[in-house]
Order: sequence, then C-alpha cells, then structure tokens
Amino acid sequence: MSAKDDTGRGGRRPVLSVRDLTVQVATEAGAKTVLDGLSFDLVAGETLALAGESGSGKSMTALAIMGLLPKPMARITSGAIRLGETELTTLDEANYRRIRSARIAMIFQEPMTSLNPLMRVETQLCEVLLEHGICARGEAPARALRLLQDVRLTEPERRLKQYPHELSGGMRQRVMIAMALACEPEVLIADEPTTALDVTVQAEILDLVRTLQREHGTAVLMITHDMGVVAEMADRVVVLRAGREEEQAPVRDLFAAPRTDYARALLAAVPRLGTASARPERAEARKVVEVDDLSVRFDLAGGLLNRTVARVHAVENVSFHIHAGETLALVGESGCGKSTIGKALMGLVPWQGSIRVDGVQTGGRSRAAMRPVLRDIQMVFQDPGASLDARMPVGAQVTEPMRVHGLVAGSELGDRAEWLFRRVGLSPDMLRRYPHEFSGGQRQRICIARALSLGPKVIVADESVSALDVSVQAQVLDLLRELQEADGLAYLFISHDMAVVEGVADRVMVMRLGQVMEEGPRDAVLRDPRHPYTRRLLAAVPVPDPTRARPPIPDTAGIEAASPIFPVGRGPARVALEEARPGHRVARAT
Amino acid sequence: MSATAEAPVRRPQGVLRQLLGRPRAAFGLVVIAVMVTAALFAPWLMPHDPFAQSFDGLDLMGAPLPPGGAYPLGTDLLGRDLASRLILGTRTSLIIGVVANGIAVVLGAGVGITAGYFCGWTAAILMRFTDLMMAFPALLLAIVLAAIFQPSLMIVALVIAMVNWVQMSRVIYTETRSLAEREFIQVQRAIGSGPLRILGRHLLPHLLSSIIVFGTLGISTTVLLEATLSYLGVGVQPPMPSWGNIIFENQTYFSTAPWLVFIPGLLIVLLALAFNLVGDALRDVLDPTLKGRH
Repeated sequence: MSAKDDTGRGGRRPVLSVRDLTVQVATEAGAKTVLDGLSFDLVAGETLALAGESGSGKSMTALAIMGLLPKPMARITSGAIRLGETELTTLDEANYRRIRSARIAMIFQEPMTSLNPLMRVETQLCEVLLEHGICARGEAPARALRLLQDVRLTEPERRLKQYPHELSGGMRQRVMIAMALACEPEVLIADEPTTALDVTVQAEILDLVRTLQREHGTAVLMITHDMGVVAEMADRVVVLRAGREEEQAPVRDLFAAPRTDYARALLAAVPRLGTASARPERAEARKVVEVDDLSVRFDLAGGLLNRTVARVHAVENVSFHIHAGETLALVGESGCGKSTIGKALMGLVPWQGSIRVDGVQTGGRSRAAMRPVLRDIQMVFQDPGASLDARMPVGAQVTEPMRVHGLVAGSELGDRAEWLFRRVGLSPDMLRRYPHEFSGGQRQRICIARALSLGPKVIVADESVSALDVSVQAQVLDLLRELQEADGLAYLFISHDMAVVEGVADRVMVMRLGQVMEEGPRDAVLRDPRHPYTRRLLAAVPVPDPTRARPPIPDTAGIEAASPIFPVGRGPARVALEEARPGHRVARAT
Repeated sequence: MSATAEAPVRRPQGVLRQLLGRPRAAFGLVVIAVMVTAALFAPWLMPHDPFAQSFDGLDLMGAPLPPGGAYPLGTDLLGRDLASRLILGTRTSLIIGVVANGIAVVLGAGVGITAGYFCGWTAAILMRFTDLMMAFPALLLAIVLAAIFQPSLMIVALVIAMVNWVQMSRVIYTETRSLAEREFIQVQRAIGSGPLRILGRHLLPHLLSSIIVFGTLGISTTVLLEATLSYLGVGVQPPMPSWGNIIFENQTYFSTAPWLVFIPGLLIVLLALAFNLVGDALRDVLDPTLKGRH
C-alpha cells in the first residue's frame, strides 16, 4: 500500500517520514516480525493517529521512532525513518540523545510512572531545559514556570515546588506535556496519553494537546486504541493490525466509508453513546440485592504513634437494590467508590450499614459464615490475566469454587468443568491448559465460567470488559447478556465507560466521592440527566464520529481537587436525594 | 496457543526426566549423585584411614606431602590422607548443607508466608521476632546455642538452621505481601476459599522460585558457617572431618600447602553450584508459563 497517495496535504514536505519499517523481535521460536512494512508521513501541524488493538504494533512504532526499542531483542531489520534530513535508523546513541526531546518528544500512558517521584516538578523541567541547552541555568526556573502556564496548569508557581504524588493524574499529564514541549520539538508522539485518565480529564488533556498544536505547529503522532479519541483528534488515521497497515485514510473518509473489512468491523464494534437499543421489558421481580446506608471508610495512620489521623470516606450512606434478572450499572470516575461497593458486597472490605443478598443479611459474618452467601453472589474482576492463577490449569480453577464449597467432588468435577466451558463458548479440550495460553477475551470467559460455577443469582462485574479490545469487549458483553436471559442473573455492572454502560444497563447509578449523585432507569439518567455532574460525565465522552464535534464540557474548575479524605471526626456533607420522577433520584444541587 | 492435540501429553513427563534433558541441570544432578554416593559408601571408598597420623604422610622436614604418589590428594599437617578425609567429610558437609539448610528453608518460608498473608498481630509478632533474630550476631547466637547443647552433627545442623532462616523469611514475607494484594488472591477470597487453600495451592507455587533460589544459595553459606563453628570449637568435633574444618585447620599453611585449602574449597563451590543449577532448572520446569522453552 503506498503512503504517498494518501498524504492528504499535497505538496508539503513531511517532518517525519517512515518507509517500509520492519521490526523483528527475537523469541524462543525464532525471529518474529512485529512491524511489517509500515509507511506513513507526518506533516507539520497535523495529527496522525495510529489506531489498532492490542498487539497491533502501535507502541512498537513509537519506540522504533524514538530509538527506544528494547535491545537486543527487538531491532529494525529494514526500512527508513527520516526526521527532516536526518535518517534515524542508522543514528548512533549519542546523536539520538540529541534528537530525543529536542526534535521528537514523547508522552506516555501513565504519567505517574514517567515522572521521577523523588524530584520536584521544577527540577525535572529544568533538567530537560538544561540538558538540551535551551537556556542558561539562571533562566531555567522562569522558563519552567512559563511552560506550566502554557499547559494551563492552575497555580503554576505552587506546582513547581510540588512532587509528582501531590498532583492529580490530569495535572501530572500536563506536566508531562510541558516537559515534552520544553524544547519545542517538531514531532510529538503521544502513546495512549489519556487511557489512564478519567473521561472529563481526558477531554481536557485532548483539548490542551489540540490548542498547543495550533500554537506551536507541532506534528502529533497519536497512538490510541480508542476510536473516539481518533475521531476527535486525528486528521489522518493508520489502522494497524498485527504489525501491518490495514488502512490509511483521512479520518472522515475512514469513519464514513472504511475500505477494509477489518476497519469496518473495528468501527462497528465501537460502542456509541446514544445508539443502544431498548432493554427488554421485564416483569417486576424480587430484589436479590438490597443495600441500605452502606458506608466504607479506610483509616489512614500517621504520626509518631501510628494513630489514625484521617479517614478515606470511600462510600458514604449509599442505598440501592437490584432485582433478579436486572443490570444495575455503577458509573463514576476513579476514586468515586464504585469498586469499593463491589468489594463490600463480597465481604472483601469492612463496611457499615446493611447488605442483604437474596434476603440474607451479610453483615457481621466471619469468613466461614460468609461462604453460603457467596454462593449467591460472585464477582468478575477487571484484569482477567491477573485474576487467574498462572500456575494452575484453567480447568481446576473453574471448578475450584465447587470444591471449596464442597458441592461437587470426584469425577463429576470434570463434567462440570466441561459444561461450564461450553456455556461461556470455550472448547472443553482447552481445560488442561494454563492461563497464559489464552487470549484476553478467552481469559475473561474463563473468569466468568468460574463465577458461574456456584450458580449465583448476582454477579458483580467490576470493570470486567475495560481491559479488553473493543471487538472482544462486544463478544464478552454478548455472553453476559445471553447468560442473563438464560438464568435470570442480576448484574452489578461497575464501569467508567458510559457507552458500554448504555448497552447493558437497566438502571444506572452515578457516584462521585463515595455518594450517589443520580440514580434511575437507564434512559432517564443517560438521555435526560438532571445532575450537573452526570451531564459533565456524559459530555466528556469522546464521540466516535469526526463530523460531530463534541460539545464543550461544562466547567470543571475545582472539581478535580475534591478528595474523599477527611480528618477523624469530620466527614463529607451528606447529599440528599430527591425524586425527579418515579424511580429517578437526583442529588439536590448544592 | 497452538498445538491443541499435544497439550495433554506435555504435562505427564516426569520432573526428573525434564531435568536430565537440560545439560546444566544434568551436570548438577550428576555432581550431587557422586557426592551422595561418596557419603554413603565412604568406608569402602577411602584409600587410607582418615584418622591415622602416619609418618609416611609427612616429609623429612615434617611438612605435609603434596598430591601424588601414595596419597592422591596429598596429606594434611598431621600426615593424614586428605582424600580419605574429604570423602568422609562429604557426609558432614552434605548433612549440614541439606539438613540445616532444609530446616532453615522450611522454617523461613513458613514464617514468611504466614506473616505475609495474615496481616495484623500475627505478622507484627512474627516479623518483630525475625528482626530481633536478624539484629542478633548470628555467630554469637550459634556459639551460645552450640555451647548449651553438646555439639553433635545434628545439633550443629539445628544451630545453623536457627540462624539462617531469617533472611529467607524476610524475602518470602515481602513477596507474599505483594502477591496477597494481587487479583487472583482476591478472587480466592471472593470464592470463599479458606486460608490454608489460598496459602498452599495459590501462594506457595508462586513463591517456589524464590524459595528455590534462596535455598540453593544457602547451601554454600551453611557449609561455610559449619566450618566457622568448627574452627571456634563448637562445630563438628575433631578428629571428625568436614570440608569446612579441613579448610580452617590448614589455612595457616596456605602458602606452603595450598592444596589443603583449595581442594575442599573447590568441593564446596561444586556442591553449591550443583544445587544452584538443579534449583534453577527445577524452577523453570515447575513454571507452566515457561513450558517448552529451554
């Protein structure tokens, strides 16, 4: 596929030009090609998105351009990377160092791990400036301050003196961007820059990158798996799959009429807010989960005597219920307490209040006494790779709950394992394999099979599809839906992704800082949100459609700073819920 | 992900056969086998009486004989046959290396895993005790313990185990702490598994590689600690030989009779190396994620 034809901005010389880039990684089984003949051009001022699912080679491309491929396992076997007049593939390390940051800068996914936790923001910024001789030592602090002002960080003077852990995720990413732009690079590579951030913060960071790009004329190479981000940011898109280019097109053309089947399937799998079909009507069923006035607080010890000095009010006076066969979605940004509620239901964290599972009060039980309750409620965790024991065959793991509860023994275990595997759409002859032999989606199916093995009435799905690629995500969601229809399972579906939630939920509960902001039927909450916080969350979701600009998100000043940590004896002001209409409760605006 | 058909046949292959299939591990196994044979059949293998101080064993100046001749590895300061003493010493050193180190590994891993999994009081008490043991000078403790009990081989092994389990328990403790936070252990709690099941079936297999590495590293340390104790008179009692006390008895003559120090030293290195190689391979064989790779 020739890249030249697709260079939308005819005539302008590319800043960065990649030709037939091939990267091989040495494995035990011999050399494996992870990037195969990739070509693209990047023109000043434009944004090119490298989009693809996990394993498509998009991060490998970034590392190859930065000269940071893990040596000696990975190496460029053929192809060329030209930055202006400089050929990068043959450059030695000393010269490469002069180019990194100065001419090509990169921002990474996880801003916390990319900043040095032991150095003040100012020191880290000045280090970059001095390393590349941008300014004299005396000028550096002033210059650093200007950089922070450039990335619109609030109170930049104070931020300079702070350490990374004192900043929120969004602020850290702003600092990272400031560092990346310190030397006015020609090319900025952004590797999943907002994946670890909340949607509202993501929206702000994307806005910032766009503004800075306009001001500085930087060419941006945006690496992302999120088609919403692609639609919002990119001028052109390269769709990657297994190291090969599937399609390269201007963003509007790609979204309007994808030429390849793969791009079409990829776009079709993207959940779009506002497109979900109506949920099936159900007769009013009995309540399988009733939660009243649930509070979870964690003590923070400190001081010389290790006394409790503060408490994290993770969940405050939350009440809700779930009917049999119903999906209640719990949404909110990180730290809002949604996962803590799931753990409290499972008895994994100490809590106060009242939780009834299928009518049985679960409070005040020992671990052993909790066991019968766990037969009715099971949990599927976020990361299927981490929630399976790498050293045990999957068949044994799937039937383990039955052995623990003494329900099934002996040869029947094998039959049950086969049956469970078939139910989640896996072949029973894979039972003897180990988790690493499965793909992410298959692993999550195994986790679901394990949760099903006790025949629960409720499943807590904590971000259960967040770690999966969109196409796999859709399949797992379908499986969950099928199981619900067949067994009348109830789900507590914990997620940060509004578009996914819209597809699965009957009712939605929005949380912020441990308290419920809004709760009601899906259509009421997502299509007619009453609380400003819900509106902001919804407005921040990137729209996977380049022709529709995302509406500006409502003001967020001060919101990021709010924290659920209070000194002992104090607590958050309790939010009162009012009924906006039957079944739709909204927190009274403060 | 491939090879659906061959998946079931890979597993049943015995651990021993898999070890023998790896050259380095096979070498280690052979060395261990030779040493065990030497220890078991020592009385028949020794060319001379290991305790006999013969005049033939010294030259006219009264200095020990170098290797060669009637004494294949030479003689020591008292004119005793070094080869015979080394063969008999294999018993002591193997018992110390395997038994003392084994007790230390089991104790250390047990304490570490328990303290790491059960937070709160159990952990606090166990770890403070471990810290106390660590702060205590190991040698002093060993001397005191050995002085209280009559020094015999088993007592020496026990004493060495008492001072050696601490490092292991520290390492295993930290590792268990971080493993216990992992999601697959959370899942076990959510399923309702009891602590014994979680510790034995889910935590232990993941800790095995650290236990093996530390366990094999400990072998040379224990053999040398025994030598130190012997030197101080509270270890294996002379004239009973052990590799360690042969080194210590003869170290002052290092410049004139270097073989007296080199040869037993070499044997200690070989023993530790053999266990290390086998341990390394064992760790890989037992790790299903590395299956099929060498």
